[in-house]
Amino acid sequence: MSEHGSNDVRDVVIKYYDGTSRTVTIVDHEVPYPEGKLIVSRTDTKGIITHANQAFVDMSGYSQDELIGQNHYILRHPDMPTVAFTGLWETIEAGNKWHGYVKNLRKDGAYYWVKATVIPNIRNGKVVGYTSVRRKPSRSKISESEALYKTLMEA
Amino acid sequence: MTLNLTVSPDFAPDHISGWFIFNTWLQRKLGSGIHLELYDCFDKQREDIKAGNFDLVYANPFDASMLVRELGFKAIVRPIAKPDETIIATHAESDVNSVEDLQPGSSLYATDDPDVNRIGMIMLEPADLDQSNTETTTVDSYVIVAKNVLNKSADAGFFLKDAYEELSELIRKQMKVLVSSEISVVHHTLLVGPKLQQFAPQIQQHLLDMTADEKGRGVLESMNLEGWEVMSEEETEFMIDLIDTLID
Repeated sequence: MSEHGSNDVRDVVIKYYDGTSRTVTIVDHEVPYPEGKLIVSRTDTKGIITHANQAFVDMSGYSQDELIGQNHYILRHPDMPTVAFTGLWETIEAGNKWHGYVKNLRKDGAYYWVKATVIPNIRNGKVVGYTSVRRKPSRSKISESEALYKTLMEA
Repeated sequence: MTLNLTVSPDFAPDHISGWFIFNTWLQRKLGSGIHLELYDCFDKQREDIKAGNFDLVYANPFDASMLVRELGFKAIVRPIAKPDETIIATHAESDVNSVEDLQPGSSLYATDDPDVNRIGMIMLEPADLDQSNTETTTVDSYVIVAKNVLNKSADAGFFLKDAYEELSELIRKQMKVLVSSEISVVHHTLLVGPKLQQFAPQIQQHLLDMTADEKGRGVLESMNLEGWEVMSEEETEFMIDLIDTLID
C-alpha cells in the first residue's frame, strides 16, 4: 500500500486479496452512524453483494445499482489491517458468526465506524451466502479498535 | 378437526377482541373449529408451543426464528406495512437527551417482549450499556413502563413503537423519545405448524383475500391491520438470519 498527500486528503492504492487493486482518495472525515438504523447487506459465498438496504446505500455513498454485483471489499478502509478480514473469512467459512468493529470507506473517501456481525446463510445444510448487519458502536470501542488496528498495521 | 391458534402477547390490549373476531372469521372460511388461546406471558406461551399445542401462531420475529428452525413451522403471511420497531423514551424533563447521556447503573423498565428488549439493548450499546451495568425491571404492559418513566422510577423505558403510539397524548407529552429504531425488515408473521402445511396455500389465500370484501376489511380493522402480504420462505430465512446477527 503506498500513500501520499496531506493529512486530511491522501491518495492510497488498496490491494485486494484477489490480486486487484484501486487508487482511492481518503478524506479524514467521519460520518456519524445514523441513530436507530441497521445497515444490512448480503453477499454470495465469494463476497459479491446481492442485497443492500437503504441505510447501506445512504452511508456508503454508492447507489443501489453501484453496490449490487460489487465485491464487499470496496468498503475496506486502508486503516483496517488485512488480518482483521482474514479472521472474518476464516470464521464465517467455518460456519460461525463473526463480530468486530470496522472502519468503512465511503465512496466520497470519508469513513464511518460500525459494529459488524456477519453470519453464514445456511440453506438445506449448505452455505449459500453471508448476511452482514452493522450497528452503531460506542466511542470507547472505536478508540480501542483504532489503537489495536494501528498496532496490527505496524506489525 | 379443531385447530389451535395463539397470538404473540405483545399486541395492544385494545385489539384483543379483534383477534377473537378474526378467529370466528377464519373458522367460517376454513369450515373448521379453531380454538384461540391468548397469553399474557411469553415464556408460558413458548412452553406450550414447544409442547406442540398449536397449529397456527401469529409470532413476534424472535419466536418466529424458533418456530421455523426448531419446530418446522412455515411463515405464510406478514401484516402489511407493520414492521416491529422499538422506542427508548425517558421523562420529558430528564437531563438525558440522547442514549449516550444514560450512565452505568441506569434503571430500565421493559415488558418481557423479546424483540423489543433485544433491539432496545442494541440501541444502548453506543452508551456502553448492557445487562451487566444496567438494572432492568420487567413489568406486564407498556402502560406500566410509561407509568414508571413518568414517576421517574425509570431512567428509560423500552416500548414497541406501535404500543408507544397508542399511549394517550397526555402520557406521550410527558415523555421524550431518545431513539427510535428504523429497521423495517423485522416484523410479526403468521406461521402454520408442520401438521397443517398441506392447508397452508388455502389459508394463505383466504388471508390475502381479506381486503377484497367488506367483512374481511372490518375484521382487519378490528385487529388494527391493513391486510396481509405473502411471506416467502427466503424472506423468512432472511429475517431469521438478520435476527441471528442481533443475538450475541
